[in-house]
This record gives sequence, C-alpha cells and structure tokens, in this order.
Amino acid sequence: MSRDRGVDVLVVGAGPAGLAVAARLAGAGAGRVEVLERDQEPGGIPRRCRHGGFGDPVRPWLDGPAYVRQALRAATAAGATVRTGVSATGWAGPLTLETTSPAGLERITARAVVLATGARERPRSARLVPGTRPAGVLTTGELQQSVHLYGQDIGRRAVVVGAEPVARHAVHTLRRAGAQVVAMVTDRPRGAAVPGVPLLTATTLGELHGRGRLSGVTVRHADGRCGILTCDTVVFTGDWIPDHELARRGGVAVDPGTRGPSVDASFRTSAPGVFAVGNLLHGVERAATAAAEGHAAAVPVLARLSGEPWPEPGPVLTVRAPLLWVAPNRLTDPGRRPLLLRSGEPLTAPVLTAAQDGRLLWRRRFPVRMAPSRSLRLASAWTDRVDRSGGPVVLGIG
Amino acid sequence: MTVTGSGAVTARGAVTTGGALPAGEYDVTVVGAGVVGTAIARELARLPLRIALVDAADDVGEGTSKANTAILHTGFDAVPGSLESRLVRDGYRLLSAYAAETGIPVEPLGALLVAWDEEQLAALPGLAEKAVRNGYHAARIVPAAEVRAREPELGPGALGALDVPGESVVCSWTTPLAYATQAVRSGVHLHLNCRVRNVLSDQAHTLVTSRGPLRTRYLVNAAGLYADEIDRLLGHEDFAVTPRRGQLIVFDELARGLVRHILLPVPGALGKGVLVSPTVYGNVMLGPTAEDLDDKTDTGSTAGGLALLREKGRRILPALLEEEVTAVYAGLRAATGDDDYAIRSHPAQRYVTAGGIRSTGLTASMAIAAHVVELLAEAGLAVSGAREPVPVRMPNLGEAFLRPYRDAGLIARDPEYGRIVCHCERVTRGEIRDALASTVPPGSPDGLRRRTRARAGRCQGFHCGAAVRALFEEGRG
Ligand SMILES: Cc1cc2nc3c(=O)[nH]c(=O)nc-3n(C[C@H](O)[C@H](O)[C@H](O)COP(=O)(O)OP(=O)(O)OC[C@H]3O[C@@H](n4cnc5c(N)ncnc54)[C@H](O)[C@@H]3O)c2cc1C
Ligand SMILES: Cc1cc2nc3c(=O)[nH]c(=O)nc-3n(C[C@H](O)[C@H](O)[C@H](O)COP(=O)(O)OP(=O)(O)OC[C@H]3O[C@@H](n4cnc5c(N)ncnc54)[C@H](O)[C@@H]3O)c2cc1C
Repeated sequence: MSRDRGVDVLVVGAGPAGLAVAARLAGAGAGRVEVLERDQEPGGIPRRCRHGGFGDPVRPWLDGPAYVRQALRAATAAGATVRTGVSATGWAGPLTLETTSPAGLERITARAVVLATGARERPRSARLVPGTRPAGVLTTGELQQSVHLYGQDIGRRAVVVGAEPVARHAVHTLRRAGAQVVAMVTDRPRGAAVPGVPLLTATTLGELHGRGRLSGVTVRHADGRCGILTCDTVVFTGDWIPDHELARRGGVAVDPGTRGPSVDASFRTSAPGVFAVGNLLHGVERAATAAAEGHAAAVPVLARLSGEPWPEPGPVLTVRAPLLWVAPNRLTDPGRRPLLLRSGEPLTAPVLTAAQDGRLLWRRRFPVRMAPSRSLRLASAWTDRVDRSGGPVVLGIG
Repeated sequence: MTVTGSGAVTARGAVTTGGALPAGEYDVTVVGAGVVGTAIARELARLPLRIALVDAADDVGEGTSKANTAILHTGFDAVPGSLESRLVRDGYRLLSAYAAETGIPVEPLGALLVAWDEEQLAALPGLAEKAVRNGYHAARIVPAAEVRAREPELGPGALGALDVPGESVVCSWTTPLAYATQAVRSGVHLHLNCRVRNVLSDQAHTLVTSRGPLRTRYLVNAAGLYADEIDRLLGHEDFAVTPRRGQLIVFDELARGLVRHILLPVPGALGKGVLVSPTVYGNVMLGPTAEDLDDKTDTGSTAGGLALLREKGRRILPALLEEEVTAVYAGLRAATGDDDYAIRSHPAQRYVTAGGIRSTGLTASMAIAAHVVELLAEAGLAVSGAREPVPVRMPNLGEAFLRPYRDAGLIARDPEYGRIVCHCERVTRGEIRDALASTVPPGSPDGLRRRTRARAGRCQGFHCGAAVRALFEEGRG
C-alpha cells in the first residue's frame, strides 16, 4: 500500500536547477513546493566537486559543496521542503509520481511537476570500447565520489579519456588521490592540456587489457600509429547524456539532439503540467546555467498554477551537422530565452543560419571559436519570424 | 554451516575461500562450480554422503555460466535422438519447476524465429518438423502479417516466422547461485579459489590443488572449458574443447518496450546466429557472435564483433540501435567439434566427465545433474537414503516480479529495503546487506552485482559505484 498525497509543485532532483526553481516558487507563494532527492544529501553534482569556480559570476574560491549549501539555504528559507533519500521511480498518472524511501511508498500528485534530474557521463560500455572487463574503469562522476566523498583508493597510473574541462577536473582529482596521470587521450585534433600530462590528440582508445585489474589500454592515432599505455586506471570523461529515464517513462517527448526532454522557452515539455530544467535538457553546462534555468522556469510554473492553459507545442527547432543540438528546441513562445547551441566540431567564426520550410529566417556571423566542449549562447529575438504553424526550423552553418 | 577464510569446516555445509582444505576423504568431489557443477552438487546433496565442490575462481558461476544469453530452451531445435535433445527437454521442465519453487526469475515470452529471406522461409517447415521429432509439439509457422502485428518494431522484410511459445528467459546469475546455496545448506563443502592442478589416483583420488591436497573416492569433472584438460589428467583423450566466443551487447531498460518475444534467427550454415531478446532484468540483449578461438581465457570483446552485432541488430530491430548501451560482454562456449554433449563415465576409475556442454547447459543443468548421478550410481556410488534438499528461496532479481523497492510491506518491516543505493537498477541497501551475509557470499563487487544487480545499470557506477564499493568493503570486514 502506498500513501497518496498532494502538493502544489513537485520538483525531482535537488541539484542547482531543482533547488533554484524551488526557491523562486516557494518565495513567490506557490503553495507547497516539495523537492525530492534520491541521494542522502541534497546538492547534485557540485557536492562531489571539491574545486573552486562555482557561482554567478564565477568565484574561484567557491567550491561545489559551498555553492549548493547556499542554494539549499535559499530554497528552505523561502519555504520549500527538500526531502532526501527519496527516489521518484515512476508515474501513477499524468502529474502523479511514485516514490520509494525508507519511510515507504508514496504517490504524490502535484499541480505542476518540474524534472531536474541532471545528466551523467556515458560509461565505457556505452562508448563501445572493446576489450576485457577489468576493475579500474571509471567515469569522472564515480572518480569524484570515490575520492572526495568516500576516500577510496584509486590506482597508481591513470589514463584520462577526454580533454575538455571535466577531464582536467578528473586529472586534478586523480593527482589528489596520489595517482600519476600518464596521458590524456582525445579523438579531437586539439584539446586543453594540463601541465605535466602528455596530451594525445586525434587518438582513439582501441581496447582495454587486463584480467582482474586493468593493465593497459591500446591507443590508435589517426595516422595509424598504435601503442599500449600501461596503466591500472582509466577515466572516461565528458560525453554527457541527460538522465531522462523518468521523463521518458512519463511519456515526455525527447529531443533527438540533446536526448533530454524537448522543451520550449518556458521549459514546458510535451506533457501538460510537466516542466524540465538544468542538465536534464542538454548535458553538462555550468551550475549557474542550470540554476538560471531553474529561476527562469518559476515564472511559467506560476502561470500554470494560476490556470494558464498549456499551449500547442509549436514547431521543433533542430540542427544540421556539424551542429549537435540546440536547447530549448520547441518554438512555442519565441524570443523568451537565449538558445544554447553545441557543435560536434571546432568552428572558427561560423555563419549560423535558420530556415523554415526552405525560407531563410536568419543569418549571422559569430566572430568566435566554437569549441565542442562549450555551448554558444544565441539571442533568440529572430525566432519571432518563425511561422508558428509551419514546419521544423533548422539551424545550420553557412 | 559456516563461512570461513581459514578452511575450518563444520559437519554441515561450508564455504571456504582460502587456507588448507579439510583433511579426510570426501565421497564425491565435483570440479567446477558453474551451472553444471553446482547442479550436480545440489543433486548429490540429497544423499547422506560427504560431498565437495571446488572451483578455481573466487565465486560460483564465474566461467561460461555468467555470460550467456540466458534462454530457457524448449529443445525444439536440438539434434533429434541426441543426449542433448533429451537433457534439454528434461532440463527445461525441471528448471521451470525449480525456478517457481525457489524464486529464480523466468519469463515465458515465447520465441519467433524470423525468416528474412526465401531460403530461411523455406527452412521453417523443416524446423517445425524437427521440433516434433524433439518431442515439442507447440511450434507453428505464422505468416508475415502476424509476425508484424506481434512485433511492430521489427525491421522491414520479415517473410514469416516459426512461433515457439515455450521458449523463455531465465536468470543465469541466480540459477547456479540457487543450486550452490541449496547444496551448501544441505551439507556440501564449497571450496573456492581452489584450482585443481593434478589428479593422483590409486584407491581414491588425490586432487592436487592450489590449496593443497584433497582426497575423494569419486570424482566428477564439470570444469567447462577445461574439462578436456582434467580428463587428460585421468588418462582420457576423448575430446578437445575449442572455445567459441560469443560477444553480446545489452541495451538500456528503456528499450524493453521495443520487443515482446525472443527473436531467434533461423539457423543457417554458419551456426545459430544473432538473436534479440529481452532479459529478466528488463533490458534487451543483442548477440551472440560465434568465433572459434584457441585461448580459453579470451573473454574480451572486439571492435569487429561489436560492429557485426550492430549491423545484424539494425536489420532485426532498427529502433534498438538508437537506445543507449548498458553493457558489453563475451562468453566462451565449450565446443568439441561434436554435435552432442561429451558426458562419459569411467566406472573403473569412479570418474564421470560432464564435458562439451556448449550452448544449452543452463537449460539442461538439472537434467545433466540427474544423469551424472545415475552414472555415478552405476559406477558403484551408494545412492540410498536420499532426502529432499533443504528448501531455498532466492532474492528476486526479475523486473517482472515484485522487487523490494516496490514492496511496501517489506519496507515497513525493514526500512533498509526502501533505501535505494543503485539508482539505475533500484537496488536497495537491504538487498546488498543480505547478499553480503548470504550462504554463498560474493567474492568481488562483480559477484555482488550478479546477486543484486547493483552497478549493472546504465550509469555503470557514475552515481552509485563508490557507494556500492564502500558497502562491499564494509560487508567483508
Ligand atoms: C567534474 C565536474 C566539474 C564541474 N565544475 C563546475 C564548476 O567549476 N563550475 C560550475 O559552475 N559548474 C561545474 N560543473 C557543472 C555543474 O555541476 C552542473 O551544471 C550542475 O550540477 C547541474 O545541475 P542540475 O541541477 O541540472 O543537475 P545535478 O547537479 O546533476 O542534479 C540532479 C539531481 O537530481 C537527482 N535525481 C535524479 N533523478 C532522480 C529521481 N528519479 N528521484 C530523485 N532524485 C533524482 C540526482 O540525484 C541529483 O542530485 C561541473 C560538473 C562536473 C561533472
Ligand atoms: C554466448 C553464450 C550463450 C549461451 N546461451 C545459452 C542459453 O541461452 N541457454 C542455455 O541454456 N545455455 C546457454 N549457453 C551455454 C551455457 O552458458 C553453458 O552451457 C553453461 O554455462 C556451461 O556450464 P559449465 O558449468 O559446464 O561451465 P562453466 O560455467 O564454465 O563452469 C566451469 C567451472 O569450472 C571451473 N574450473 C575449470 N578448470 C578448473 C580447475 N582446474 N580447477 C578448479 N576449477 C576449474 C571454472 O572456474 C568454472 O567456474 C550459452 C553459452 C554462451 C557462451
């Protein structure tokens, strides 16, 4: 038997995005605002990040735990309830979530649901890296928790796969744990090196070796050269995928580019009353970006609570290669939010275009370098020109 | 019953993982604690005898038995008249009943052997008729339209199928564990980390092991890929095992809605081929490949193997390839070049070999065990005084059944079953605690995964890896 309860807003996930939306909503008098967090502690990813660089603007001395302590204080001071050790496991109705906690099973019905379940890195298996299945194969997420939250032993010689900001954090965490980082490996032509660590660019991981414990990895350079790096640990970094299970189990439509829920500029998903914010929408961005999405979502959630009807979803916004994804990706309410755009390849001073049904809507040159690890932020005033009853709007290069 | 690291053994069963082996003579010793060896030990545990089960690995089921496609076969496509045909058919019935009694998850999904070309379509009547010769009467041919209606996500071009409603999926992790648990609780001594290096035979056998000598009157060889090598130690050169690797890709649980049956290929000249099947854990499996190797330890996956699977999978179920991959693994079948099991009795030596148990051993395990015990009896083993083994009830890993995180009554009695540690697979602290304290406890985090599903999910430890490791290390003291 599970207990049935009602709240005004149910937020799933107490990371920066979920805490931010809860703080705003509770502060604005949205009624009972409850945040569910499956971990024993609130805070999401930053709780595992012992480096500075959080906040908005970025504060070099502000580390992840301190940052989310502030966010938690803001949410609870505003009157939101944050419950930890509670997992949302599925749906019992369009706005009813099933939960499990040591206190038992519950079915919680809300007037609005906000999904803020974050993102994770693709592990070795999802990247189809062949070879044996030894111990010593991690993602940054597991590495950080092992070292910072559990003080566990990591190996002596590590290889880091990836050369994006999160890979550099992995290198620092490995060093803090007393491991030597023998190389960073990236299949991209360039990467951001860390002093003292050889950076192998245009290089893929061929195969893992070792029984019981990892003994080495085969690396293959684009020019055909091949070799084995001896190591007992390998950390797969980056390559984010939204934690979209709950969204998908609720029948929420997912964008093929981001793999997160498809949302409009008001964070409305395809399911009436269900909103989505934070890394769930696009994989990893700065915590401040996730929190800003949470803050901004409070306005449309309040509108929903006061009876605003759920609009038709509007045309989809999609991308063409080498662009990977854009978020938001539904054009219900043009011009409301900046767009985040990712490219799979580095681009220098790209000319971006938007077209709908063969009609060019917009074209602009961006005098910047677009790196695959960073999103470009686009003002979205041009989306006013979109025909709301037209076909998909496609963003491309040139 | 005791679990020790030192080798002290009580009169009841025991699990030892290190130190010298107990002195004295066993009546029967089984070498190999895979699904076959554990089934044999369980069958022997009915008898008032002193039984040992030894394995080189630190856990049961660590060989081929942990890495297969986990299908409970009806035996419809066996070689009619073969020993395998009989034992698979009997094993299917025995394991189905045993699973219901002990809580091993089984889902009777039924299989469709989908024909993708005229040649395969033409093969279906022969297969239907072969099924009858194997004593299986429920198979029937279904037309393309019905196949499509029953599997809407199937790729284009299916011409028809053979419907085999009895084929089921089973949990290949819980099965050997249930056998071993029941054997140990019924008095068997399970010695792990115990590799047999040599066998000296006079009145009795002396096994020379990595943990010292072990004396036994009767010997059963269930050493899987190494059964030929144990055989040679006793002077037999009946068969040679060639490892035939099968690589598999496991897709995310979110793919489960794409497929309703076990989609078996129509067997062709190149062996059984690649299947797509739901698993009892709620995800979807694609595989296996079939590659003859000469290294009995080569359970690695390869870029070529994975590419081949993806190509085959795209044809069968295109949408599957859009889903995330959760795991990749490979198992080695113990192929012998012969089309049947190599089960041989050597009564004068009080020795039985259960070798060449290739691709149906999970299904046939209980029937193989009964057959081996009959052979031991014919070789003079006293088999009077049999009793029912102590009943066991295994933790449920099956997604189709009530898992602890959804069991309100269980959580009310013990809140640890409401504390989810592994979020992707919804494994609770209560289950991890129970596994660590169980009759046959895990020897490694991988063993814990096979008992609970902890860390077996899509994030592969991103969220829970450190917490599960901490619980494992704490539980081992
Ligand atoms: C290594 C690393 C370094 C970083 N460094 C920085 C930095 O220096 N500066 C910076 O600004 N940003 C940094 N970031 C990014 C920042 O951590 C993220 O942008 C931010 O955490 C995203 O917030 P979120 O709320 O969307 O998701 P998350 O922080 O991932 O929170 C999601 C929460 O939802 C919970 N949840 C998920 N599903 C359920 C469910 N079904 N039931 C209950 N709860 C659930 C999860 O447990 C989690 O707590 C870093 C990230 C990483 C990985
Ligand atoms: C890819 C694949 C798919 C399959 N699919 C299915 C299926 O769908 N359905 C089905 O019914 N069957 C299937 N099988 C077959 C099934 O998995 C095997 O038949 C079965 O696991 C064999 O069990 P076993 O106990 O003989 O061998 P193993 O599980 O390999 O056990 C042998 C044990 O002996 C131990 N050992 C070896 N040498 C020594 C020594 N010298 N000293 C001590 N211990 C030793 C090993 O450590 C090992 O634990 C499949 C197999 C593969 C590879």
